[in-house]
Amino acid sequence: MDDLLREFVTETNESLDVVDVELVRFEQDPNNARILDNIFRLVHTIKGTCGFLGLPRLEALAHAAETVMGKFRDGMPATHEAVSVILATIDRIKEILASLEHEQREPEGSDSDLIADLHSIAERAAKPEHKEIATTEQALGRPLRPGEVSLEELERAFQETPVDPRPAKKAKPAAAQEPLKEEESVKSSAQSIRVTVDTIEQLMTMVSELVLTRNQLLEIVRRHGDSEFKTPLQRLSNVTAELQEGVMKTRMQPIGSAWQKFPRIVRDLAHDLGKEIELELQGAETELDRQVLDQIRDPLTHMLRNSADHGLETPAERRATGKPPQGHIRLAAYHEGGHIIIQVSDDGRGLDTARIKAKAIAQGLVSEAEADKLSDAQIHKFIFSAGFSTAQTVTSVSGRGVGMDVVRNNIDQIGGTIDVKSVAGQGVSFIIKIPLTLAIVAALIVEVGGSRFAIPQIAVVELVRARKGGDHRIERIKDTAVLRLRDKLLPLARLSKLLGIDGKKGLDGKDAIEGAYIVVTQVGSQTFGIVVDSVFHTEEIVVKPMSSKLRDIPMFSGNTILGDGSVIMIVDPNGVARSLGSAVATHVAAAERAQAQKAEESDDDTTSMLLFRAGSSQPKAVPLSLITRLEEIDARKIELSNGRHMVQYRGQLMPLVSMTDKPVRSEGAQPLLVFSDGVRSMALVVDEIVDIVDDRLDIQVGSGNPGVLGSAVIKGQATEIVDVAHFLPLAFEDWFRRKDGTRRERQRSILLVDDSPFFRNMLMPVLQAAGYAVTAAGSAKEALALIESGKTFDSVVTDIEMPDMDGFELTEALRADPRSAATPVIALSSQVSAELIDRGRRAGLHDYVAKFDRQGLIAALMEQTGVGDAA
Amino acid sequence: MTHGTEQTINDYVTAMVGGELFGLPIGRVQDVFVPERLTRVPLAPPEIAGILNLRGRIVTLVDLCRRLGLERRSESAMAIGVELKGESYGLMIDQVGEVMSLDAADFERNPVNLDPKLAAVSSGIYRLEHHLLLVLDVDRLLDIAPAVAA
Repeated sequence: MDDLLREFVTETNESLDVVDVELVRFEQDPNNARILDNIFRLVHTIKGTCGFLGLPRLEALAHAAETVMGKFRDGMPATHEAVSVILATIDRIKEILASLEHEQREPEGSDSDLIADLHSIAERAAKPEHKEIATTEQALGRPLRPGEVSLEELERAFQETPVDPRPAKKAKPAAAQEPLKEEESVKSSAQSIRVTVDTIEQLMTMVSELVLTRNQLLEIVRRHGDSEFKTPLQRLSNVTAELQEGVMKTRMQPIGSAWQKFPRIVRDLAHDLGKEIELELQGAETELDRQVLDQIRDPLTHMLRNSADHGLETPAERRATGKPPQGHIRLAAYHEGGHIIIQVSDDGRGLDTARIKAKAIAQGLVSEAEADKLSDAQIHKFIFSAGFSTAQTVTSVSGRGVGMDVVRNNIDQIGGTIDVKSVAGQGVSFIIKIPLTLAIVAALIVEVGGSRFAIPQIAVVELVRARKGGDHRIERIKDTAVLRLRDKLLPLARLSKLLGIDGKKGLDGKDAIEGAYIVVTQVGSQTFGIVVDSVFHTEEIVVKPMSSKLRDIPMFSGNTILGDGSVIMIVDPNGVARSLGSAVATHVAAAERAQAQKAEESDDDTTSMLLFRAGSSQPKAVPLSLITRLEEIDARKIELSNGRHMVQYRGQLMPLVSMTDKPVRSEGAQPLLVFSDGVRSMALVVDEIVDIVDDRLDIQVGSGNPGVLGSAVIKGQATEIVDVAHFLPLAFEDWFRRKDGTRRERQRSILLVDDSPFFRNMLMPVLQAAGYAVTAAGSAKEALALIESGKTFDSVVTDIEMPDMDGFELTEALRADPRSAATPVIALSSQVSAELIDRGRRAGLHDYVAKFDRQGLIAALMEQTGVGDAA
Repeated sequence: MTHGTEQTINDYVTAMVGGELFGLPIGRVQDVFVPERLTRVPLAPPEIAGILNLRGRIVTLVDLCRRLGLERRSESAMAIGVELKGESYGLMIDQVGEVMSLDAADFERNPVNLDPKLAAVSSGIYRLEHHLLLVLDVDRLLDIAPAVAA
């Protein structure tokens, strides 16, 4: 009886999950008799088994629900109310089942409330039914109970329903989307058996042991060189690998089984919140390790609730912003590069950047000055911090951000990462990246201070060795060591320091970094180098959970037994990344900016420009100093992800932006212009790179086309000057805080003072396109010299942070000179604070604009020079 | 726990740690082994000597000298294997002694003046002919606070 009961509980639970999904579908598609028959049959099966096992409460409930569904079959419309009552009934059945599981018997209580509701719904159905109820059912030898379905009726249902297997086989749970095909399903039910999870776990453990033993044998043979063991060992190795794969496969389950409840949850949420929500599930067949599946079920549910509650607006709000009233939540799973990616996205209002920022500052996660330097994307990451919540009111459903730290922890535990992308007004997308398998991973074995450690290969991008005078130099910003790797500066984490052990000593007795190996590691979007003394080899290791006494050490994720029998710790790249903290990242960002500023000094009169062709035969040009690099990549490496062309570029995904409608090449070489800002890169797709020329950038004909600043004569030929600023946001929506449309205005003269050629080159074409004659100066002194020489300007635009003489001092000097005392001065700064604004006002600044706010700058100029509609 | 109930004779595995004699209820002891190829765990609590591979299982080795606040008297080390909540631990001792069968009636509460560090992990004492035998409580012994995160 015990086993029978357990079997019943398991099976009924599975059936009920299907009923949930099916009912929601039925409500949307009430004419689908197939769905209805399926539900009817499932509920009937529950009822039948209940009677057999002597479970009166369950039987009565299932029975009453079945009756109402019988009415649906007879054509009664499936009203929201009716479906709600049935769903409530199913919830009650689940409750009873839960206690049945624990207590081995039905709990005390009455279900007369629900049964009465169900009856009243059934009563309202067509009258002829009542007659039938009153008749005596021949086979039963007694009158039908109210609402009971006659055997004939039942027979009909069974005849008409295709034979469906029990819906949630371990091997192949019924896909919520489409019913299984008849023949296939019959076959699968004959060929699959139920195996307890424990058995599979045990098999997995055995395989792990086998892998370890094989590794040990391999190690021995490696030491002894050629031996007669080699061939059989090779065979053993293959068999072990196959066995490992086979057992892994049994642990795999389609992610759809974790999604079964979601349509129901969303339906209830939509109802409770008064919203219209459409849930799209994609890739339900993607398989995940059972253990992983258990770990992500709750995080996914949480994110789904968040999206429904806080992400999506009410229908009225959506209409007001020009969106369709029905919100859309999309859950997608797919494989990508050895990972499983799960995306939860909505088309709601997006994260509230300002509120997150304020909260992060209030919680002391970041200083106000630092926060101002952070990009929106960096600010959004704060929602994963422990105890972080921006919800002003925590609703019954959730609070935006509440528990995202818990979500992250859950995902960390399975070695995954989570990232968030949000565009104000357009929605939020969470991207979860999970390694394919858990228990056995490839790892890089390294040595630090005489001890060996394993670093999961999945996080390792490349290995470099730092040498004095070599390509890969170690530099220092204040006390922070960074690695110059090609064009990037990577923060370095010294494992010896992080672990508090002595690393290899240099001549000065300090830990040597020169000559050390650097494991370039990527966690989420963060790339950094882990400094180790030496690197051995990669090895397949079996991850063993750490002792509970050691689990609090953030630097380790587990331990393992190596082929030689010794135990080593597995380094947790997430822990290392966190230890780097934001301070180092800020240093590195600052250094990268400085590096960009040090870029070649351009002649004041001429600009170096890159000529290229894209889309048409007419040459196009872009200031060379804006381009980080020219690349030619193999077109086959271009991947289509999320509807966009991407290329894996130096360990990161770089979006490709096309300037024309022409498709990206599918074969051959594809030339690209790479633009970088800080850690982000994007590439413009071009047809052909023509030349690099030095010429005056004199935009003569403005352009109405987005993406083109105007035309200039370059080397005697009319050339389109490309507005890079137009394309950057196409790659990353938040590249600039605001989009804008520049307009041509009457010719006014501007003195642009900025010590950075990067910004001068960036702003000059923009201002020229807006109709201004621009004279650039690289320092405050240079600017004052121009005034001194008698030149006059309608206004001055100056950077604040400059060496020698800053923007404030320049403004004061301009004010002091009668020739320029009345000239409006607009300051540009990457940081804007009340204190700075106040100081600027005292110095005599007219306006203050954030450095990337082109629209703001143009608006300020129009106001100060009296040009435009305000005049 | 084997002591203190209706049983009259309790068996203890005895061990010397820092010159003192301790007893562990024999029911909790899985084996006695010589720790080899110990892997130090950086950032671990000081009482954790390291981890090692004992016949395919990863065992966390607890340095009893440190745990009990005693001074190490010998270089040779052995370990007593115990289990707690499915995890394997080794208690590092100086020397393992004989198994003693003692009458539960002689079991006494800890003297009030016992070092608090010892009292915290001991369930009581036996007064032997030449020694005091301090009975260790394995559960409390393994209740080690995690190291302060570095």
